[in-house]
Amino acid sequence: MTAISACPACDAVPYAQSIAAKATPSQAEPNLFLSLPGIHCAACIGKVERALMATPGVDNARVNLSLKRVAISTASADVDQLIAVLKQVGYEAFPLDAGLLQTKGDTLGRMLLIRLAVAGFAMMNVMLFSVAVWSGATDATRDLFHLISAVISLPAVLFCGQPFFASAWSALRVRTLNMDVPISLAILLAAGMSLYEVMNSGAHAYFDAALSLTFFLLIGRYLDHHTRNAARSAAKELAALEVQTAQRIDAGQTQTVPVAQLAIGDMILIPTGVRVPVDGQLTSAHATTDRSFLTGESAAVNLMQNETVEAGEINLGAPFEMKAIRVGEDTTLRRVAALTEMAENSRSTYTNLADQAARVYAPAVHLLAFAAFGVWVAITGDVRLALNIAVAVLIITCPCALGLAVPTVATRAIALLYAKGFLVKSGTALERIAETDIAIFDKTGTLTLSGSARQLNDLNDPQVRIARALAQTSQHPVSRAILAALPSASPATLTDVIEVPGFGIEAQHNGQTVRLGKGAWLGADFDGTGLRIGTAEPIALPLSETLRPGVQTAINGLRELGIAPQILSGDRHAAVADLARAVGITDLRAETTATEKHAYLTALQAQGHRTLMIGDGLNDTAALAAAHASVAPASALDASRNAADVVIIREGIDELPSLIAIARSTVHLSKQNFAIAAAYNFIAVPVALLGYATPLLAAVAMSVSSITVLLNALRVGRNV
Amino acid sequence: MNILFILIPVSIILGGLGLAAFLWTLRSGQYDDVEGDAARILLDDNGPK
Repeated sequence: MTAISACPACDAVPYAQSIAAKATPSQAEPNLFLSLPGIHCAACIGKVERALMATPGVDNARVNLSLKRVAISTASADVDQLIAVLKQVGYEAFPLDAGLLQTKGDTLGRMLLIRLAVAGFAMMNVMLFSVAVWSGATDATRDLFHLISAVISLPAVLFCGQPFFASAWSALRVRTLNMDVPISLAILLAAGMSLYEVMNSGAHAYFDAALSLTFFLLIGRYLDHHTRNAARSAAKELAALEVQTAQRIDAGQTQTVPVAQLAIGDMILIPTGVRVPVDGQLTSAHATTDRSFLTGESAAVNLMQNETVEAGEINLGAPFEMKAIRVGEDTTLRRVAALTEMAENSRSTYTNLADQAARVYAPAVHLLAFAAFGVWVAITGDVRLALNIAVAVLIITCPCALGLAVPTVATRAIALLYAKGFLVKSGTALERIAETDIAIFDKTGTLTLSGSARQLNDLNDPQVRIARALAQTSQHPVSRAILAALPSASPATLTDVIEVPGFGIEAQHNGQTVRLGKGAWLGADFDGTGLRIGTAEPIALPLSETLRPGVQTAINGLRELGIAPQILSGDRHAAVADLARAVGITDLRAETTATEKHAYLTALQAQGHRTLMIGDGLNDTAALAAAHASVAPASALDASRNAADVVIIREGIDELPSLIAIARSTVHLSKQNFAIAAAYNFIAVPVALLGYATPLLAAVAMSVSSITVLLNALRVGRNV
Repeated sequence: MNILFILIPVSIILGGLGLAAFLWTLRSGQYDDVEGDAARILLDDNGPK
């Protein structure tokens, strides 16, 4: 808290804090966090906590139902054991990187809440005095009440209004107007004008208006912050869920190890499309990476041997090897920063509803107030009266309800979606999703999950070694499935590994070209995945594909919402057609490359369609970025998840239609809220302009419109 | 009207107490898991300590 203390109670806070510290029993800080997407009720809390507490080595376990997370303090139990314990009682658990999650709440949000509380306190007290004045207090009593109001309001307004003043000042410094300029002007003028009136024993004081303005606007500001924060922590949670492992090379063999175990000097393999876990030095001859989080430009950068690779860059080219030169907290933070940066800056060209409204609203308000002042001076020649009316106009038009309209709805919608397993990464995602009319699905990894029904045992030893070596350089779901199905053996040494998006992986081994990929690309007569060594006959590696759970429900639901589903796949035509028939999609495109996918989406956009892209692979990344809105499953590559606006945490995609339904109702209600706010202004502004606005009218008009908007926001997602 | 000189400070102090109480709940993390706290009331006391 700053030096300006609005009330005697603020001085009591440190004392209250020390009591609070004593009240909570001292216990070990939780050192292990697990994400539990499946918990939803009191029984779940009980079951999870009981199961964990019964596990030897666990000192304490506490479930946070809002965050769907459990914090465990333990000295000896290890993560895998605890996950197994939870699986036994029926809950899927995923480890979260404790270092990445800020366990302490955000200070900015807390600061806003404190200001909100102070504003609320001051408002209620000043309202009490105002009621007395409105009901007829006169002369000395009225002056005394106004004076006490002034003593409470002025420090409170100065303290609580700071977020608005700061934002307005930064806008004015670069000679632009934002919504905070009329807000700050209204608050300061109302307080200043009232002070002048009090000193001259005037009849009208707007202290309550200045405070309730601040109070309602702070609610909007807090909710807005909350929404942004939710998007930010969504990205953070993704980071904590995913980027924990790296491929360390020990004596030619790669091993998946937690990033925390990497040491300086370790050799690390970075597959295509994967984020660099720590700072390092490139040991491969060259590499192509995306360092947009550092430079802000999403152009690929070419690196030569011995150049530095920084944590957070994404490998866009062939898999490369690097030597770790900096590990630990610094690199972790940067990696998270990179992810969150992406979440905030994605599609900065899209102007959201609130900004569109503000662009029209801010100048209009100023002009209106200024015109009122000018006209009244011209008519009556009374500057004090004219100023009073101008202030009344500013207060009444102040975008209270406008500032609340979008954040209240968005906050509620994002919380709802989180409960359904969607992490919303971008602030404008919902508005964009609501506009989509075509849903385009990738096949492999999105509509289907790859797996192998049986072990690939009919390969001989050198073949297994080469297949393993090729498969481990890629994060493609098919490569992962092959790697899991191959018998264990130490991988062969490869050079010049290239991943050709949509086709396969190619490398050199003992002077021979070895390839793992699509049959057609290998020159084989079979259709599925295969391995070809040199000029030998390609060997088929049979894999089974299973439909991702909920695909049928999702597609039917999309149709009901009037969204046409399509498949856009890089896979061969027969496989795509089979799948399309199975789920009832007629519009399909197969054997497309990454560039063709991107071109197809750009063409659709140019025709005026608004596309929703759902994809996971390296060949989808460009398409995800080109689409109007995009969704990726949690199993997707780092590069794809970065490009996506929304990430689905659960395995099933059956809730996809409700994502769109909620997005639509969010936009609908936001617009409805704007309309409500505008309607109130429509009635109140003429009254203010004519000079009939009393402080009582201003207070009522403002509070009623804000409360209507708040209540209306709660309707979001009611029918989903 | 002299009663005002007592009532006004009383009302302000009571309001201030409310504010202090709110700030205390805020700082002691009572809003960290609102849904969980609502559900926990349904759990048996002899459950996890």
